[in-house]
Amino acid sequence: MSDRQALEAGSQPPLLYPPYKSTVKRAPTRPLILIPERFASLATPVYGYLPIGDTDNDLTRQHDGEPQGERIIVSGRVLDEDGRAVPHTLVEMWQCNAAGRYRHAKDNHPAPIDPNFSGAGRAITDGEGRYRFVTIKPGAYPWGNHDNAWRPAHLHFSLFGHSIATRLVTQMYFPSDPLCAYDPMFQSVRDPRAQQRLVSRFDLSLTEPNWALGYRFDIVLRGRDSTPFEARV
Amino acid sequence: MSEPQKPPHEPLIASASQTVGPFFHVGPGASDRCGVVAGPGVPGERIRLRIRVLDGDGAPVDDAMVELRQADAAGAYALPPARPDDPPPTFAGFGRLSTSKDGDCCFETIRPGAAAEAAGAAHVTVCLFMRGLLRHLYTRLYFENDPALDRDAILSLVPAERRPTLLARRAGDGITWDFVVRLQGPDETVFFDL
Repeated sequence: MSDRQALEAGSQPPLLYPPYKSTVKRAPTRPLILIPERFASLATPVYGYLPIGDTDNDLTRQHDGEPQGERIIVSGRVLDEDGRAVPHTLVEMWQCNAAGRYRHAKDNHPAPIDPNFSGAGRAITDGEGRYRFVTIKPGAYPWGNHDNAWRPAHLHFSLFGHSIATRLVTQMYFPSDPLCAYDPMFQSVRDPRAQQRLVSRFDLSLTEPNWALGYRFDIVLRGRDSTPFEARV
Repeated sequence: MSEPQKPPHEPLIASASQTVGPFFHVGPGASDRCGVVAGPGVPGERIRLRIRVLDGDGAPVDDAMVELRQADAAGAYALPPARPDDPPPTFAGFGRLSTSKDGDCCFETIRPGAAAEAAGAAHVTVCLFMRGLLRHLYTRLYFENDPALDRDAILSLVPAERRPTLLARRAGDGITWDFVVRLQGPDETVFFDL
């Protein structure tokens, strides 16, 4: 499904969405030009060539001490639109700390920095498309979009998949978060089923006794042939 | 060749795109190592690609993440390693930088060749992510005065008067090519839907 079709279906956000103010000066105003699928270079296999370290998927072990906050496990599968696994693909994740503050020079929210939390992780999916992060639950935080605007707690995700067309940057939300109803980023996705795709589910089977709650978050990349490279060799 | 397998179910809804936000520098934008697309050992004409991003007011966008993908000098794209533990190729053809306060970033690379079967002009694919973009933007950088521009199949999809928005121009030093992305306005850059 092209962006255009997905947009009409409400399963992808529009570029211009005035309730999210920053779109107004940044969204292109002319229609995108559709590149027909027959152009082979679009199917060229790609991934980000970024090395993965031992603690990259455990954000609670990247410093001498443990970060403050509620420890959680976030895990799921990366799939294509046919439900087939996307194996060996890079998953990048970043977030604010438990108090709702990013470790970033431009984040001026008056909440404490946690010296034991950088807020960034990386993983590669296994042969079945599975990934897993250990982290702490991020806090909600205020932002300047409108009066009394608060971002719901969320994790940022970035994925490559296996071609240029599958590139995805998205956000994961938590179940039953009342702030989602007021969040223009979440609400820019109109289709309720597509909204629910962005909400993780509490999962007792991922939860580790006496240690951390588990949330399941499956990610579906565009496209219906997840393994062009393997299929060709 | 056997018939492709028909999926037995309705396709899943793809995960919706969401903005990268202003704080991606803590994560995917953390390293400027990805500014070197081609190291010294990679054959080809050494160039710098300076990409500048301007918003609807013509103001520099100082919080964009810019990703490049390109072929090598022979027009071939690097393939991922056959096994996940294999070392990456010398030239992966991938770059990623965040823009400076002046709205630009500069990649060290080689001039790509045109793939033989593509019947098109050499180009670099450019993906843009930033606060205010709920979906990333995809465009293509071509090289001004390339004689192959006239037979490029994708450029021919673009109205002639808008094609110059896709051209990088050689700077006075002979090495740097400048590509300006205008998000809006009369010279709005052409963006593509895949």
